[in-house]
Amino acid sequence: MKHLGIDIGSTTIKYVLMDEGGNILASDYRRHLSRVREILEEIVRSLGEDLEGEELRVAISGSAGMGFAEKLGLPFVQEVYAEKLAVEKLCPGTDAVIELGGEDAKILFLSGGFEMRMNGTCAGGTGAFIDQMATLLQVTPDQMNELASRHETIYPIASRCGVFAKSDVQPLLNQGARHEDVAAGILYAVVNQTIGGLAQGRRITGSVLYLGGPLHFLSELRRSFDDVLGVKGTCPENSLYFVAIGSVLAGVGAATDSDGLLELIRGFKGSSEYGSARPLFKNTKEYEAFKERHAEASKGIRELREPQGTMFLGVDAGSTTVKAVLCDGEGNVFRPFYTRNNGNPVDAIKKYLSALYREFPNVKIAGSAVTGYGEQIIRAAFGIDWGIVETVAHFTAARRFRPDVDFILDIGGQDIKCFRIKGGLIDSLFLNEACSSGCGSFLQAFAQTLGLTTEQFSRMGLFAPAPVDLGSRCTVFMNSSVKQAQKDGTSIEDIAAGLSISVVKNALYKVIRCGDPSRLGKSIVVQGGTFLNDCVLRAFEQEIGHEVVRSGYAGIMGAYGCALYAAQKAAGDGSGNAADGAENSAGESPRRSSLITREELLDFVHESRTVTCKGCPNACRLTINTFSGGKKYIAGNRCSKPLRAESGGEQYNLYEYKRELLAAYRRNEIDPSRRTIGIPMGLNFYDLLPFWHRFFTELGFNVLVSPDSNRALYRRGQHTIPSDTACYPAKLMHGHLDWLLEHKPDAVFYPDMSYNIEEGMGIDHYNCPVVAYYPQVLKMNVKELGGSVFIDDFMSLADPKQFGSRIAAVMDKYFGHFDARQIRAAVKAAYKEYHSYREEIRRKGREFIALAREQGRQVMVLCGRPYHLDPEVSHGIDRLMCDLGTVVVTEDALSGQTERFKTGVRNQWTYHARMYSAAKYIAENDPDKRLHLVQLVSFGCGVDAITTDEVREILESAGRDYTQIKIDEISNMGAVNIRLRSLLAMLEGR
Amino acid sequence: MDFTKEMKKDYTIIAPDIFPTHMELIAELFRSYGYNLVVAHYEGKAVIDTGLKYLHNDVCYPAICTVGQQLYALTCGDYDPHRTALIQFQTGGGCRASNYIFLLRKALHNMGMDYVPVISLSFGGLEKYSGFKITPMMFATGLRILTYGDMLMLLKNQCLPYEVNPGDTERLVKKWIRDLTEQFRRHRGLTASAMKKNLAAIAKDFHGIPRRMCKATKVGIVGEIYVKYSSFGNNGLEKFLLSQGCEYMVPGVLGFFQYCVANVEKNYEYYGGSSWLRRGGRFAENLTVKWEDWLIEAIKPYPEFTAPVAFDEVKRLADQVIDRGVKMGEGWLLPGEAAGMIEKGYTNIVCAQPFGCLPNHIVGKGTVRRLRELYPDANIFPIDYDAGASKVNQENRIKLMLAMAGEN
Repeated sequence: MKHLGIDIGSTTIKYVLMDEGGNILASDYRRHLSRVREILEEIVRSLGEDLEGEELRVAISGSAGMGFAEKLGLPFVQEVYAEKLAVEKLCPGTDAVIELGGEDAKILFLSGGFEMRMNGTCAGGTGAFIDQMATLLQVTPDQMNELASRHETIYPIASRCGVFAKSDVQPLLNQGARHEDVAAGILYAVVNQTIGGLAQGRRITGSVLYLGGPLHFLSELRRSFDDVLGVKGTCPENSLYFVAIGSVLAGVGAATDSDGLLELIRGFKGSSEYGSARPLFKNTKEYEAFKERHAEASKGIRELREPQGTMFLGVDAGSTTVKAVLCDGEGNVFRPFYTRNNGNPVDAIKKYLSALYREFPNVKIAGSAVTGYGEQIIRAAFGIDWGIVETVAHFTAARRFRPDVDFILDIGGQDIKCFRIKGGLIDSLFLNEACSSGCGSFLQAFAQTLGLTTEQFSRMGLFAPAPVDLGSRCTVFMNSSVKQAQKDGTSIEDIAAGLSISVVKNALYKVIRCGDPSRLGKSIVVQGGTFLNDCVLRAFEQEIGHEVVRSGYAGIMGAYGCALYAAQKAAGDGSGNAADGAENSAGESPRRSSLITREELLDFVHESRTVTCKGCPNACRLTINTFSGGKKYIAGNRCSKPLRAESGGEQYNLYEYKRELLAAYRRNEIDPSRRTIGIPMGLNFYDLLPFWHRFFTELGFNVLVSPDSNRALYRRGQHTIPSDTACYPAKLMHGHLDWLLEHKPDAVFYPDMSYNIEEGMGIDHYNCPVVAYYPQVLKMNVKELGGSVFIDDFMSLADPKQFGSRIAAVMDKYFGHFDARQIRAAVKAAYKEYHSYREEIRRKGREFIALAREQGRQVMVLCGRPYHLDPEVSHGIDRLMCDLGTVVVTEDALSGQTERFKTGVRNQWTYHARMYSAAKYIAENDPDKRLHLVQLVSFGCGVDAITTDEVREILESAGRDYTQIKIDEISNMGAVNIRLRSLLAMLEGR
Repeated sequence: MDFTKEMKKDYTIIAPDIFPTHMELIAELFRSYGYNLVVAHYEGKAVIDTGLKYLHNDVCYPAICTVGQQLYALTCGDYDPHRTALIQFQTGGGCRASNYIFLLRKALHNMGMDYVPVISLSFGGLEKYSGFKITPMMFATGLRILTYGDMLMLLKNQCLPYEVNPGDTERLVKKWIRDLTEQFRRHRGLTASAMKKNLAAIAKDFHGIPRRMCKATKVGIVGEIYVKYSSFGNNGLEKFLLSQGCEYMVPGVLGFFQYCVANVEKNYEYYGGSSWLRRGGRFAENLTVKWEDWLIEAIKPYPEFTAPVAFDEVKRLADQVIDRGVKMGEGWLLPGEAAGMIEKGYTNIVCAQPFGCLPNHIVGKGTVRRLRELYPDANIFPIDYDAGASKVNQENRIKLMLAMAGEN
């Protein structure tokens, strides 16, 4: 009798054939490319001789094995459990196991209380993520491993999930970061995601085992784990086959023989549990008519064979691709060019220009413009005349096709951009947040894994009979739905069509948030590489219920818009550049293009190196690019400091001012003769620190406040975070607590507060559940708290009198009796301190707004929670705004200055009431429309799913704009920059 | 939009299907007071799509499901939108769930259906309508009805895995829902003596179901109130557990009400306020504890049935895990119930929660570690539910839990 254990993972199949003595007779692993049935059949056939006539016990395991086992009627062994059995047998004495697979990450704690952990839904796609990142770097995973081994520095890359990480990696590559360092950053992101998501309060120590494909193949990944965990883990023999071995060891195998097994496998029929949508096209006739209609759109534009007269160059250095095109004065197109940037946009454009100059030495280029993520590096490298904001580029291009365009939707590789046009100007815009990014390139990457080109893949979906529903939350979710659908036997056709529909729905319902898609606009132009896919275009038309226009150059519209822009500028459109968000090197339209000449291009050099900026505590990793002639371009900075640029004179930044005010309470002057209260500086302490500081100092305590957050602080508390999907500000509290415990104050003070200060703007004054009860989470999950005094009693500041008696009881409990009068005085002083702090913010806000009016500057009302002040949380967005020449004020500077009003939602949270109130203030008290609200939203903030819509409604009902920026562990500042510049361009245009 | 007296006559009021076993009984209560309340039983992709289309996609999954069901009911042609009102159940409190009613109104607005009245039904009475009123009598009756629902749910769950003749249990549940609604229609079945009598009869009937001897893995289900109970919300969790040879216990709906009134007491302790309110809370709690006692009494004669954890016990156990000042969402009730069920032998705990649920960061995932310290043998698995989460991933995690259960 022999035993066959089959481990069907999300990307590979592994099997072992064992004899009764537990010896492995055969084993192998193969990528299944979702052809699970076929591969299984091949495997069993190939084993044929070994199995001839003998009794066989078969068990199936693996994340993709469950449905399969069920349908084949074979026993299923849950894979983590199987792994545990194998580890206990093969590697006794192991303390912890880390296993990474294609989709899942798992940690097993074997000693000291057995526990198993699997990643949550939002952190899926470990191995798939590594593959994707390697594709992004244009290398194999092995080569990426090799690259990482030669790293000099490690870029911090978001570790929440693949989508977030990709949003970080793209701009790094575009900035010219060394691929070695990026590769190392990617592997560390995997490590941090695994530990952050799964350790949940337990330290991984002792004898650690590394299992699963990625850890087996990538030595640098193992090294990174060793480094972060401070252990020396091992990757045992047969590490790929532990699950398969465990499924044999479970001893539940069903008796059969090879023929019987083959028969079972051949008889397998998938059945989809997924819902399906109507087909995109019923027949070829419908499709032909569709194609013809869209071909109409580009009739007025010719494609030239050679340059004619003066030409204009447009470049769009996007996140994943580079596009370039030339056009003549009429907008006729010459040499459209579209390529993946392979992480180096400079190189791509150099090749384009070299070929152009070589083939047409006499080409006369009178103007050039560039847009996109790589705008600045390309400008610096090639002396492009203008850099313009993407929205302007796209609008310029769209208008060439439909002068009456009133809505533009652009779905590129990474980003989705939509904007409304009113009266010939961009009126409002929507850009996707990190979660929705990468939809376009996901289609592309997915086609690649199937060995298809994007075109082939898109053609497959056209006549799919029943497009499958794959959800629209994000590409990580979609990816696992696809895998599932494939295993259920769904055809590639239905998946291709289904994915197109998902991408469209994501854009419509997540990015634009339109309740009624039929009301988007009358004259809609769609563009961006993703719309070259006819399935996507069709799905979009079906979803909104009417026809739209797609230009023949949908994939290069940004570049085309730039070229048109350059043509207009050169033709003497003398209007101010600022109106287009343009940055012009010469300050005004140049007579002669500053574009790199043929001769200069021959000597072109590009070098990059990395340094850490010492300008401020942010410690940004800067990439310094040097080009021929000593021209420099610095990237990676979050503010203008390292650039030493003069940015529009005096800065008025209320965020900074608030930080200065709070700094007065954070001096940590410790008198050793007094007792010390430790305060973790996060969440509501950013609002209440003046209160508590005064209260405790009045009673004769020292107050020790933890320092500003940074990545290192976050990491030190990371292993005690129980819920990875909580917001970043909350998760930071673990680091702050850890810091405090190290500094041993007499007590750590962090009260639970269901209620906040009552400010009279809403119908209640709650805190959100996370702010209210995070002390409980710390208490339940931070083991080290055990020996310390942790004051987490429940209290409310809403009613001073009630608070007075409550806090007296609490103080009594921990510190012995205080005189009632003394407590009363301290309480009184604390309220006074707090109110004068709040009043000072309002006063300063008024002052800044008045100054802005005087100086004709725009005011950004950076609207969020008090704890967004933490520079690690808001990533220097406030400074960026100042660098762009705007004045920054906060929501709490404006709130409470309107009448109490009725909101469309239940206005019950104090911090959120401030935002509604600030929005209302802008709607009612800003005659010259100088105030612009930008809402900061932390990823995972469920409450903001409600507040964002409401804040937007308050503003929009008064005809004002609303902008939202989502932030998390890491924020893609390139995207934020584009968003803010687009906003400013839009405002100036009015 | 107000719900007027005229509407009461000829409007259909559509409620989302939140507590599968209880909803029919509750609907009957409303009908007996002259409101034509129906439960929207719609399920499937079209319902979810409707929810996603009209709600912010990051809002909690229960909102997507329940609002989706109601909007689907309005648009699928089964009801005349001009003769239909919608009702949502609200708890109030610091969780975003207190905003469902507003989300529903906004969605209706975006659909151009502002004329559809939306009724908010809550323990605290958040809004007033001219044609819709919950009298204290009706409210108290409703709670008694929940007791019946809890009884049926409890015994159903303890019979299903063991029934010899498939369908026996379901038939009996249906029979009792029929019997009880008939009694309610005649305004019977709600006095103390009638309740005791009925509860005893129910227990006896379920005892009569032929059972086979088999060892089922015992699973306790805790979590967010919607996905915990609704099979639509939790992708048929109960059905899956049954297919895996499990017996599961889901704590009663009445417990949630008890939790709400018990919080009044804590509020008083921590934040002060009216002592009348506090007395009212105590009174209500004592009342429900009495019903709970009757329920437990009725089960006692039958050793094959495990009685639910008494509320006082839930409070005591919760105190070991978390401060009972945590009152948003399911608050301290969740770990209290989990601990209670573990003590009753349901050592495998599924914590069903919507993806991104805020209170669950605290009371769900946040409490797992402490619970495991208290009960090292417990097997606690938080499972996320969401429109985009794949069922297979959820079932795979439950499989892991069950494999672990086999070990212990």
